[in-house]
Amino acid sequence: MTFGVRGLTVRFGPQVALEDVTLEVPPGRVTAVVGGDGAGKTTLLRVLAGALAPTAGEVRRPGPERIGHLPASSGTYPDLTVRENLAFVAAAYGVPATAARERADELLSRTGLAGALDRLAGELSGGMRRKLGVVCAMLHRPELLVLDEPTTGIDPVSRADLWWLIARAAAEGAAVVLSTSYLDEAERAAWVLALDAGRTLAEGTAEDIVAAVPGAVCRAAERPSGDLARYAWRRGATWRVWLPEGVAPPAGPALELLRPDLADAVTVAALARELAHAGGDRR
Amino acid sequence: MTPLAESLAVSRRFGPLLAVDAVDLRVGPGEVVGLLGANGAGKTTLIRLLLGLLPPSAGSVRLFGEAPSRATRRRIGYVPQGLGLYEDLTPRENLAFAQAAFGGEAGELPGDLGAVADVPVGRLPLGIQRRVAFALALAHRPDLLVLDEPTSGVDPLARARLWEQIRTAAEAGAGALVTTHHMEEAEECDRLVVMADGRVVAEGTLPEIVGDARVVVVETPGWAHAFERLEAAGLQAALVGRTLRVLGVGPREVRGALGDLEARLSEAPATLEERFLELTLGRAAA
Repeated sequence: MTFGVRGLTVRFGPQVALEDVTLEVPPGRVTAVVGGDGAGKTTLLRVLAGALAPTAGEVRRPGPERIGHLPASSGTYPDLTVRENLAFVAAAYGVPATAARERADELLSRTGLAGALDRLAGELSGGMRRKLGVVCAMLHRPELLVLDEPTTGIDPVSRADLWWLIARAAAEGAAVVLSTSYLDEAERAAWVLALDAGRTLAEGTAEDIVAAVPGAVCRAAERPSGDLARYAWRRGATWRVWLPEGVAPPAGPALELLRPDLADAVTVAALARELAHAGGDRR
Repeated sequence: MTPLAESLAVSRRFGPLLAVDAVDLRVGPGEVVGLLGANGAGKTTLIRLLLGLLPPSAGSVRLFGEAPSRATRRRIGYVPQGLGLYEDLTPRENLAFAQAAFGGEAGELPGDLGAVADVPVGRLPLGIQRRVAFALALAHRPDLLVLDEPTSGVDPLARARLWEQIRTAAEAGAGALVTTHHMEEAEECDRLVVMADGRVVAEGTLPEIVGDARVVVVETPGWAHAFERLEAAGLQAALVGRTLRVLGVGPREVRGALGDLEARLSEAPATLEERFLELTLGRAAA
């Protein structure tokens, strides 16, 4: 049984949050949903977690007791201790106390939280609180684990622990879906869905998405002049230039062909969509 | 050339805690310097020392060649992580307030923000708020930009455009000090400074910091089994796609931990994030 959405559309009044989005979330795989603020990541994850009803489209998910959900901005009770948070979640999902304690002990000690059992969740650092949130969400071994921006603003050491928890859940067979605004992080997932303004911009393995870039991506020391300037963007101290199929490289300052990464590929897709819209407006 | 910001063996103690321990840091004109560190590494304290918000326990700090003061504050553009905008004020009012508070040159909002100049900031989408925060920080043409995770939560095209603004300011001679937890942002910088336990543990360009650090890559049809075996052997395996990357040990140890499991092992250069973990955790273990 695989989970996911097909032809999903969500509207809030006149505002379209998601339009015709399809995503498979199979067991044992980490699936990343990537996009900027307002792309529709949280809406998609809330539908998958059963927290929001779709306007149209099909949703496949297990029963609510088999879902673990870490929302974007909470996931723990600040006025409860770490131990109380875990006990509450265990009771809510009907996990026997001993089994819950054994599992929590293992997950907490592996992620540097073992010493924090009696601290209030609200007093933990951002990274510790996020780790606790993920441990709470996966405590009952859900079939579907939905994590909304588990690592945003979290330092790299805590992020490594969070990714260990994510890998652990997938290794146990959970279908894991997480959102992030960072492409290098999405690249760690086995499947990536890039959203832009509620619509699918690119989808596949990171390698698929990179291989599907139409045309070529080059590096340039300076922003190219003329028509090509529209196809250029900043990356570090240099520029990237997309040469769509059929666009010949210009004479003048050398463009160095490079193998695009996921960030380049998604930028090209966003640029292509933006240029297509601009072209449509002119007509 | 006088550095824009410079710390010389600066230290700051909070009771028994040495939060910043003899740190030398300089940001020159035209330079984008990234400051990396785990929570508690001392980044925020160092920034507060550099801005003159906190007096050092030892060592010294110079801004534009002088001691930090209200006058030097005017030459700095700051974008905090929470953007630091007043949500009940419009972008135009936020700008007027910043100018009234810090003096400095009268600036203007860029033309493309004109349409939202009179809408309360709290009602604007986050992406626009971020551009307003950048516009505010850049309006008085600061000589030094201090940016805290400036492009967190931004899609790649919008991110490239924000970095274009930072780079344009740098090409005009400004310096930028960027603190970040995200390696994608760190890769945008000319030079990186890595802190752990209050000290600078690595410094240089990205290739200099990564150096010849390597990881063992495990490719196997059943990554979950490999993950469990590596875990049982006490090795740190990170899942990337359907492969596992193991830090801090050689292929022989990884093979030993995997036993008879079918797997192809190879070595690959470490990423900046992996090198960062090695630097930080290596210190913690030592």
